[in-house]
Amino acid sequence: MRPLPVGEHGLLIELDSAEEVEALHAELLRRAADGALPPLREIVPAARTVLLDGLADPRGLLAELATWDIPPLTAGDRPTVQIPVRYDGPDLAEVAALWGVTPDEVVRRHSATEFHVAFCGFAPGFGYLTGLPEPLHVPRRDTPRTKVPVGSVALAGPYTGVYPRSSPGGWQLIGTTDTVLWDPRREPAALLTPGTRVRFVPQETAR
Amino acid sequence: MTDRAFSVIRAGALTTVQDLGRPGHAHLGVPRAGALDTPAHRLANRLVGNPGSAATLETTLTGCAVRVRTATTVAVTGAPCPVTLDGRPAPWGAPVRVPAGAVLDAGPATHGLRSYLAFAGGVDTEPVLGSRATDLLSGLGPDPLTDGAVLPLGDPHGPPARADAVPHPGPLPELLLPFLPGPRGDWFTETGLRTLTTGRFRVSPASNRIGLRTEGPPLERARSGELPSEGMPLGALQVPPNGLPVLFLHDHPTTGGYPVIGVVPERCLAPAAQAVPGTPIRFVRMR
Repeated sequence: MRPLPVGEHGLLIELDSAEEVEALHAELLRRAADGALPPLREIVPAARTVLLDGLADPRGLLAELATWDIPPLTAGDRPTVQIPVRYDGPDLAEVAALWGVTPDEVVRRHSATEFHVAFCGFAPGFGYLTGLPEPLHVPRRDTPRTKVPVGSVALAGPYTGVYPRSSPGGWQLIGTTDTVLWDPRREPAALLTPGTRVRFVPQETAR
Repeated sequence: MTDRAFSVIRAGALTTVQDLGRPGHAHLGVPRAGALDTPAHRLANRLVGNPGSAATLETTLTGCAVRVRTATTVAVTGAPCPVTLDGRPAPWGAPVRVPAGAVLDAGPATHGLRSYLAFAGGVDTEPVLGSRATDLLSGLGPDPLTDGAVLPLGDPHGPPARADAVPHPGPLPELLLPFLPGPRGDWFTETGLRTLTTGRFRVSPASNRIGLRTEGPPLERARSGELPSEGMPLGALQVPPNGLPVLFLHDHPTTGGYPVIGVVPERCLAPAAQAVPGTPIRFVRMR
C-alpha cells in the first residue's frame, strides 16, 4: 500500500492489484457505514488506486490506515446483477477474429464470464467490468465512433462496459441491452456500483 | 407552471443553472459540477436573501437577459457587467427589484468571464442527485439556457441580506495558481517540474467548465505511456501527452489516465473561473 498526497485534503492510495483495491474499497465502505471513518467527500476506487478526497486531516487517516487489517473480498460479499444482451454489435466479428474463435464462441465465453465492477467513470453509471482473462483483452478501435448507441455492450483492454447513454466511444461493440444503467430517479441511480458482480445473459437475436 | 418563473430573452454564449454541485458521487462517474466562482455565486444569493445552496445562473462572457413573470429581487455578481432594467441602468452587485414583466439584462462582462444572476427564491428546476447544477461533461441537470426557455423560480426565502462590501474585481492581469505537489510528480523530469513554475503559460481559448487549458512550454516527462485510470480531484493539474497542464474545474471527469503533477486547492480556484483566454498564468508551488 503506497499512499500519495493529493492536494490539501486528499490521499491517493496505490495498491498492487485490482483485488487489493476492491478489498480496501470494501473496508472503507464498511468503516464509513459504521461511522468509523472521518468525514470525507469522495471515495473513488479505480484500476490500481483508491482516491479519498475532502478529508480534514489526510495525515491522521494515513497513520491509521497502516494499522488496518483488510480482509480479502469473497464473492459472497457482492450483489449480483444480470444483464440480458443481444449479441448483435457491429464489432462482434472483429472481436471473434481477435480471439481466434467464431462469433458464437465469443457469445459463449462472454456470457460465461463472471464480471464485477472494478470502478466507475467516463460517464455517470459507466462501470469498468473486469473478469475476462488476459488473452481475451482487445485493443480499442483505431478510430473512435462519434456516436455509440445507448445500451451498447463493449470491450476494451481488460474491461467490458455498457454505455449508459449515447456518446462518442472507441470500444469494440459486441451487443446491446435494454437494461437501464443510469436513472437519476432510481436509488441508487447507477445499476453498476463498484464491487457489483455482473452476468451477461444472451437473448435470442436475428443475427 | 406557476407565475414564479422567468423567460429567457437572450441566453448569451453559455448560460447554465448552477448551485454548489453534487459532491459525493464521483465513484459513480458523476462530476461535482456547480458554480465555478463559488464566492460570487454565494454573494449573489446572499444579496437576494437566499441560502448559498440556491441555484443561480452562471453566464459566460456575453451575459444574458431574462423577463420575470412576477416581481422578483435579482442580483448580479461575479464578472462586472452593465446591468439594465427595461433598458435603464441598474446596479451591479446589489439587489434590484424587478417588476413583473420587466427585462433584466446582464450585459457583456467588462472584464472577467462569468457573472452570476441570483433570483429571490432561486432557480427551481428539478434537482438531480440533490443538485440543480448543469453538468456539461455528463449532461446532468438542466440544459444550457436557450432563447425563449422558461425556468421556474422558488418562493423567496426572506429579506435580502446586507453586504458590507461587494468585491468589484478589476481586470485580472495574471492568473496566480498556487499548487501542492501532485501524486504523479515522478512522471516528470526535474526540468519538466521547473518548467511548470518558470514557464510562461497563458489561458487557452479551448478552456471550459471541464478544464482550464493552457498554452506554453510543454512539460518534459520522465516516463511515457498512460497510467491505469485513477481518481481525479477538483483542482488537479493533469498533463496529457502534449505536455500542457489542464486545470480540472467543476465538470471534470472523475477518473483519468494522465499524470497529475500538482493540485490547486479548491479555495484558490475562483480566479480561474474569471480568467479570459490569453491571461498569463503563474504556477506557484506552495511547499
